[in-house]
Amino acid sequence: MGNVFNNYSGDTICAIATAMSDAGIGIIRVSGNEAVDICDKIYCSAGMVHNLKSHKPNSIVYGYICDERKKPDDKIIDEIMISYMKAPHSYTKEDVIEINSHGGMLVMNQILNLLIENGCRLAEPGEFTKRAFLNGRIDLTQAEAIMDVISAQNNFALESSRNQLRGKILKKIKSYREKILYQMAFIESALDDPENYDLDGNNDKLKKILNDIISDIEVLLSTADEGLIRKNGIKTVIVGKPNAGKSSLLNALTGSERAIVTDIAGTTRDIIEETVRLGDIVLHVIDTAGIRNTNDVIEKIGVDRAKAKVMEADLILYILDSTSNIDDEDKEIISLCRNKKTIVLLNKDDIEDKNKISNDIVRMLFSEVSNEYFPIIRTSMLKGDGLENLKEAVSDLFFNGEIVPKREVYITNLRHKELLLKTLESLKLVINSIDSGLSEDFYTVDLTSAYTSLGEIIGEEIGDDLAEEIFSKFCMGK
Amino acid sequence: MIDIREKFDVAVIGAGHAGCEAALACARLGLETVIFTMSADNIAFMPCNPHIGGSSKGHLVREIDALGGEMGKNIDKSFLQSKMLNTSKGPAVHSLRCQADKMEYSKQMRNVLEKQNHLFIKQAEVSEILFEDAPDNLKGNGYQKKITGVKIFSGIIYEAKAVVLCTGTYLKSRCLTGEAITYSGPNGLQPSNYLSDSLIKAGIELRRFKTGTPARMDGNTIDYSKMSEQFGDSPVIPFSFDTKKDDVQKNQVSCWLTYTNEKTHEIIRNNIDRSPIYAGIIEGIGPRYCPSIEDKVVKFPDHDRHQVFVEPEGTYTNEVYIDGMSSSLPEDVQIAMYRTVPGLENCRIVKNAYAIEYDCLCPGQLNPTLEIKHIHGLFSAGQFNGSSGYEEAAAQGLYAGINASMQILNRPYLNIDRSEGYIGVLIDDLVTKENLEPYRMMTSRAEYRLLLRQDNADIRLRGKGHDVGLIDDERYNKLLQKIELINNEVARLKSTTVGANPTIQKFMQEHNSSPLKTATSLAELICRPEFSYEALKDIDEKRVVLPDDVIEQVEITIRYEGYINRQERQVEQFKKLEKKMIPSDIDYDDVSSLRLEARQKLKKFSPTNIGQASRIGGVNPADISVLIIYLDSLYRGQNNEK
Repeated sequence: MGNVFNNYSGDTICAIATAMSDAGIGIIRVSGNEAVDICDKIYCSAGMVHNLKSHKPNSIVYGYICDERKKPDDKIIDEIMISYMKAPHSYTKEDVIEINSHGGMLVMNQILNLLIENGCRLAEPGEFTKRAFLNGRIDLTQAEAIMDVISAQNNFALESSRNQLRGKILKKIKSYREKILYQMAFIESALDDPENYDLDGNNDKLKKILNDIISDIEVLLSTADEGLIRKNGIKTVIVGKPNAGKSSLLNALTGSERAIVTDIAGTTRDIIEETVRLGDIVLHVIDTAGIRNTNDVIEKIGVDRAKAKVMEADLILYILDSTSNIDDEDKEIISLCRNKKTIVLLNKDDIEDKNKISNDIVRMLFSEVSNEYFPIIRTSMLKGDGLENLKEAVSDLFFNGEIVPKREVYITNLRHKELLLKTLESLKLVINSIDSGLSEDFYTVDLTSAYTSLGEIIGEEIGDDLAEEIFSKFCMGK
Repeated sequence: MIDIREKFDVAVIGAGHAGCEAALACARLGLETVIFTMSADNIAFMPCNPHIGGSSKGHLVREIDALGGEMGKNIDKSFLQSKMLNTSKGPAVHSLRCQADKMEYSKQMRNVLEKQNHLFIKQAEVSEILFEDAPDNLKGNGYQKKITGVKIFSGIIYEAKAVVLCTGTYLKSRCLTGEAITYSGPNGLQPSNYLSDSLIKAGIELRRFKTGTPARMDGNTIDYSKMSEQFGDSPVIPFSFDTKKDDVQKNQVSCWLTYTNEKTHEIIRNNIDRSPIYAGIIEGIGPRYCPSIEDKVVKFPDHDRHQVFVEPEGTYTNEVYIDGMSSSLPEDVQIAMYRTVPGLENCRIVKNAYAIEYDCLCPGQLNPTLEIKHIHGLFSAGQFNGSSGYEEAAAQGLYAGINASMQILNRPYLNIDRSEGYIGVLIDDLVTKENLEPYRMMTSRAEYRLLLRQDNADIRLRGKGHDVGLIDDERYNKLLQKIELINNEVARLKSTTVGANPTIQKFMQEHNSSPLKTATSLAELICRPEFSYEALKDIDEKRVVLPDDVIEQVEITIRYEGYINRQERQVEQFKKLEKKMIPSDIDYDDVSSLRLEARQKLKKFSPTNIGQASRIGGVNPADISVLIIYLDSLYRGQNNEK
């Protein structure tokens, strides 16, 4: 078998490190022992010489990417800048080359293919970071934070991922763990050495400590939904009859502040959503165009099609032509909104019409299906009226009206949230054991689980397949 | 040159609790076995406390019995008093303890050994182990040498395919009572002074450990009226799953409880500088959990008294054992100290308390089979491996004996992991942890103890004993029947419901239980603290008579189902890491992101899987994540190459 690790780290990997979309510039990253050798084969200086090796490490050079198999007139693929970071002073602690090319998908793919033809291997998702981790540059929790930073879509997400594993959450979780550990140790000592450790009266103390931790975690968890939604955005679906103004609403939202187009499932482009920013609130508006034929069906967005999306959504924007009549189709849409956070937009409010649908009628119709509060906004997509009110309404519904996050600590990572929920469950089971009069040796089962779950959050316990899980979430090129 | 060569399959060095189990296991598996002892009249000798079992140690005895070992049967034949400890707590920490008649225990064990086919007892001091260079096929598996036999002091050679070291506290031992030092084994027995050098020559690293024992008193000089009498249980529950309950019901001998006091502690404090440990004479490291009275006084300065149990040494003698007051203080201090204790005012010491120091194995040199890593066929067990206690020794002896046999017979090794038995915990701790003092079994060491109860040791381990060949078909089938009865009864109780009718409500009222709201299963009723299986018999019409041990399992299974299920989930997690194997030729220097300390420890212990690696001190979770991802990349790399 020999020195397998060198085989592994010796192979040189490459990938496109910037977003997979046409853009001004793009970066192709290469890492491994042969990074310089391989890149030199496809790099030419301004004077058309392969002299990458003669350049100083940690510098940037200008030149061209050339395909030497082609005729001299055709061989230049792109005009580029190359930065060379010599091991161990690089992201992966290996020799790293970053090729700054023009950002077109076609040209970047050509460069990537050239690299592969010359001896690189296409990197797996997260492999650069995995190498950084394996080579000791970062630890697992840092890797997780890096992933969160990459996927951050707004300032809040960025802040919280930067802070979560260094700041207050880490500190809090460590202190819970210490308290639980001390209690476990005390109980265990008493079981092994009953003469010298007395458990009399310890149950009340234990209960108090655990209840304190429980209420603390409950507070933390109460931030989680808000935190996750602030970080990840609100899944939003627009529903309404043809001609009510859905397309105008979408255009108004995206047009005013055109945001990022996210490619959700990595390589698959089946479902596309528009990401819209209302200040620091992110809406992922399901672009129903993505799931239908692009011809005349546009105006036939029916109840059936919307149904599935509505079920998954955090928020429904129900747009209603205020000059029309409410019919069975509207009633069916209203029934879809049952138990969902819904905002009703009464559109075309600028049109003078005596018989316009009033807020009261809508309220009455909704009261038949739901007791939930739902805001009604009168809008005019034509004039752009009502968007400001919509923003307020969203913030009311999701963040108690606070557009700017006020809490010190938010849970913004789903894995953390799930582990906190597990912790909570275990701690409550301990309380239950105490209340049912079971002896102390039973408490350990669930105390251990709570202790482990908390440890998994901060990387002090080896979770199931935590390591793999974290790297698998990375995108290509990172 | 003497040219006498005896040929055996296995040579066991030492006939203490480890050696006896090892030798019996080998001989019972049909291997020609010789067991060496310094004194054939002191086989299975109990040089310290006169009891077998106790908290967590009782679990070990039960497990030994489940696997086909002898300890449980032997104490059933020779006990003076039996008691189930911790009955006020949950079933996981219930533990059986028996006071032994020491002489009887030793006699009975000798008798078993003598009657065993294929087993030969030899009184001799083994002075050398013999080995040769490992052949190439073994070298690939990390072996450098291969055992060929042993040489005794007279020069005679005993050839053997496997050797089991069970030297206890005898290697270069010396005993200390204050300033008085004697170069002897326990209780004045002859030490073994040559074998250590031979082991060192074979590349085995040794260290010094220390343990101690309290004084033995003349029972006639003790005033029992000032102590409280401690009775045994009635009825007695036998240790062995094969002993008939009727055979162990007999008149029991009492123990006595008294306490130290401030006066005792004052004498100790005033003379602490004369204790060899505190004076720095003893090089060996003593057990924290079996502390001397000096240690207790120093460690718990606030405690104004410590328990002292006065236990009989046997029916053949007047001598009593003063449990809780082991000491290595000088004789004059001992006399003064013991005489402050109520009931011991006029005591006379027959045998002084002493500390004993001996050579034992440095950690990191054992495979999980209890074989010395670099010497094929050399196994070791008991105090030589750095443990303390008869039960710990016996458990290892059985394990090492079985695995030596499996090696010779070319059959799969016995493996018990931490989720399967206290034996698994014991062995994993010994081969994985850097124990800096004699290792004692404790319930807190077993993470999954709710599953590892003493009451279900047969269910957990008899199958393994049967696979190995120490449990015959008859006994194994008996177990299978028991399991079937348990499962059927649990299922029946879960599916049998009683309605909320007047008869039942009256029954509820009579038992101070809240009335039923709807039809309820008998299993649910058993979960109510005010009920037991027995208490429900009047409303359980279809009940058939079941053996006590079946009923016990049924009750535990039903009552603690939630806890047991949760613990089983923890075990599943545990097993995931146990299944991630580490190739034996891994070079930790290639894993550059391992911290230096972790790398050194991993090299030293060469764990077989990630789970074991995670338990090595100095290897933290971050290192383990590195290893997991490294191994994953390694395997993926290999697959890519294919």
